Amino acid sequence: MLQAGEWAYSETLKEHFMNPKNILQGENTDDFDGVGMEGNLQCGDQMMVVIKVDRERDIITDCQWKTYGCASAIASTSVLSEMVKGRTLDAAFHISPKEVAQELGGLPDHKIHCSVLGDKALRAAINNYYTRTGQEDKVKQEQVKVVCQCMNITDHDIEDAVLEGARTYFELQERTKCGTVCGQCKDETELLLAKFKHLHFGI
Amino acid sequence: MKVYFDHNATTPLHPEVKKEMIAGMEMFGNPSSMHAYGREARANVEHARRQVADFIGAKENEIIFVGSGSEANNTVLSLFVCASSQCIPGSRRSTIITTKIEHPCVLETAECLAHRGVKVKYLDVDRYGTIDLDQLAGLLNDNVGLVSVMMANNEIGTLQDIETITRMVHESGAYMHTDAVQAVGKVPVDVRKLGVDFLTISAHKIYGPKGVGALFVKQGIPYCPLIRGGHQERGRRAGTENTLGILGMARAVEMRMVEMPEEEERLLALKQVLQKGIEERIDDISINGHPTDSLASTLNVSFTGVEGEAILLYLDLEGIAVSTGSACASGSLDPSHVLLATGVDAELAHGSIRFSMGRETTLQEVEYLLDVLPKIIKQIRNMSTAYIKGGLHATSR
Repeated sequence: MLQAGEWAYSETLKEHFMNPKNILQGENTDDFDGVGMEGNLQCGDQMMVVIKVDRERDIITDCQWKTYGCASAIASTSVLSEMVKGRTLDAAFHISPKEVAQELGGLPDHKIHCSVLGDKALRAAINNYYTRTGQEDKVKQEQVKVVCQCMNITDHDIEDAVLEGARTYFELQERTKCGTVCGQCKDETELLLAKFKHLHFGI
Repeated sequence: MKVYFDHNATTPLHPEVKKEMIAGMEMFGNPSSMHAYGREARANVEHARRQVADFIGAKENEIIFVGSGSEANNTVLSLFVCASSQCIPGSRRSTIITTKIEHPCVLETAECLAHRGVKVKYLDVDRYGTIDLDQLAGLLNDNVGLVSVMMANNEIGTLQDIETITRMVHESGAYMHTDAVQAVGKVPVDVRKLGVDFLTISAHKIYGPKGVGALFVKQGIPYCPLIRGGHQERGRRAGTENTLGILGMARAVEMRMVEMPEEEERLLALKQVLQKGIEERIDDISINGHPTDSLASTLNVSFTGVEGEAILLYLDLEGIAVSTGSACASGSLDPSHVLLATGVDAELAHGSIRFSMGRETTLQEVEYLLDVLPKIIKQIRNMSTAYIKGGLHATSR
C-alpha cells in the first residue's frame, strides 16, 4: 500500500505556506512608499502589497504583504514578495501570474485564480507610489481588466464571448462562467455586454 | 500526535469489522449460485440483511444492499421520473420537494430531474439549519410525489424532525424519503417510528467498509430499480452482491447496537469541551448548526478573517485532520451551500471548519486540538488583510 501522498501542491509552495516570507507586521504602512490592495473577502481572496522604493534608481528595496486566502494565495504572495526585491519598478510591473506560478513550481488549474491577485496588488502598489511622488504620468492602467474576480474573467474574455455570439447576461455566463460565484460583478459585466454589443454589432 | 477529526467524511474500520472481513475473504461464492459456495455466500448476505433490518426496525425484505449512500439517494429520486405506470401509480404527482442543505447527490439528482420536466422545490432553513414546517405545509399539495429531507446534516450536524415531517407528507398523499447517512449509528433510527417510506444508510460512516450501503423501501411502496438486468436483491438492484462489504456492514451495525447508547453522552461532553475551549481561546468565531438538535459528534465553527483551506492545511501539518466547508480546498470556488442556506455570509463561510468526532476520539485529542488551533488561527490572522483597516470592505473595483 502507498503512504499518504504529497499535498496537491509543490514542495516550493508548501515551503512558502509553512514559512511565509515578508509578512507585514501590524497595520502600519507609513514606512512604505506604495500600498496596493486587491480582491475581496466575499470571494475568499484578498491581498495587500506594500513596497519601499529606492527613488534614485526606481528599484524596489522591500516588499511586504498581507493575504486573506487559501494556501496557494498565501504562498503566491510570499513568493512574489521575494521575486520583486531588487527589480526596477518597470520590471516588477510586468510580472505575470504565470511567472509567479512557475516560481512556485506550478499550481493546480483550479488554483490559478488564487494567485492572480498578488501581482495585481503589486501593480496597484507601484501605481500608488507614482501617484504619491507626483509622477501621475507614469501610472499605468491595467490593460486587461479582471471583471469577475472569482472566475478570473477579464473584459477581453467578455468581448470575445460577445463576438462569439453571447447576447444576454445568461449566455455570457454559460460561455465564461463569469459572475457564477459571488455575483458582485453583474452590473459591471452587463455594462460591458451592452458596450461590446453596441461596438461590434450596433445593437 | 495524529488526530482524526473528520468522522463525517468517513470512519476507520471497527476492529471487529476488520476481523470479520479478513475471515470473510475466504468466502468467494456468488450468492446466486445453487452450490455450496453460493449457499454459504447467500446465507451470509441474508444474515447481514436481518441485522441491518433489525438495527432500524425494518423487515428483511425492506432492505436493499447498494453500492453507496449516493446510489441509494439517486435511486429514490429517480423513481419519480419513471413514466411507467408499473412504478409510480400516481405519476401525475410530478413535483419533488427537498431542502437547500441536502448532500450534493440529492441536489444534483434533483437538478437533473428538473431538466427532465420534474418540478423541484427547495425548502429554506433557519439560521440553525432547521427547515420551516409551515413552508413545507404551504408547498404540499396533490402534485407532490416525493419529499426528501436529510435526517442529520453532514456539515453542521443539525437534526430534522423527520417524524413530524413524514406525518405531514403522508397526509398530503406523497411519499417520504430521508437521507439518514449521518444519523444512523449516531442517533436512534427506527423506520416505523419515523414512518418514512425510503431511508438511506451508508456503511463507511459507521466504521464499516466503503462501497456498500443500504436502502430501506417500505413494503408495498412502488419501486423502480436504478440498476437493471439482474435478479439480485429481488430484482431491485442488479449486480453481484458485494458480499465482503455486506458482511462488514452487518458487523458494523452489530457493533453500533452495542456501543452507540453510551457513546452519545461521551461525545456530547467532548463537544462541549471543544466548543467551550474554542470560545474561550479564540476571538471572533461563531458556531454553526443547532445548539441542541444536532449530532453530538459534529461541531462546525466559522473563524473571521481566515480562509478554511489554510486552517485545514496548517492543522494537517500538526497531524490533525479536519474538513472545511470552504470550497477552495475541494476545487470548487463556492463556499458551503449549507452555511449559505443558514444565512452565514460568504466571507465567514469561507473560514469555516467542521470537526467531527467518533468512537475512538479522546479528551486528550480534543485538548491537543485546543492547544494547537488558537496558535494557527492567530498566525493566519496575523497575515490576513481582514484584520487591517479597510480590509473588510476593500474591493478591487
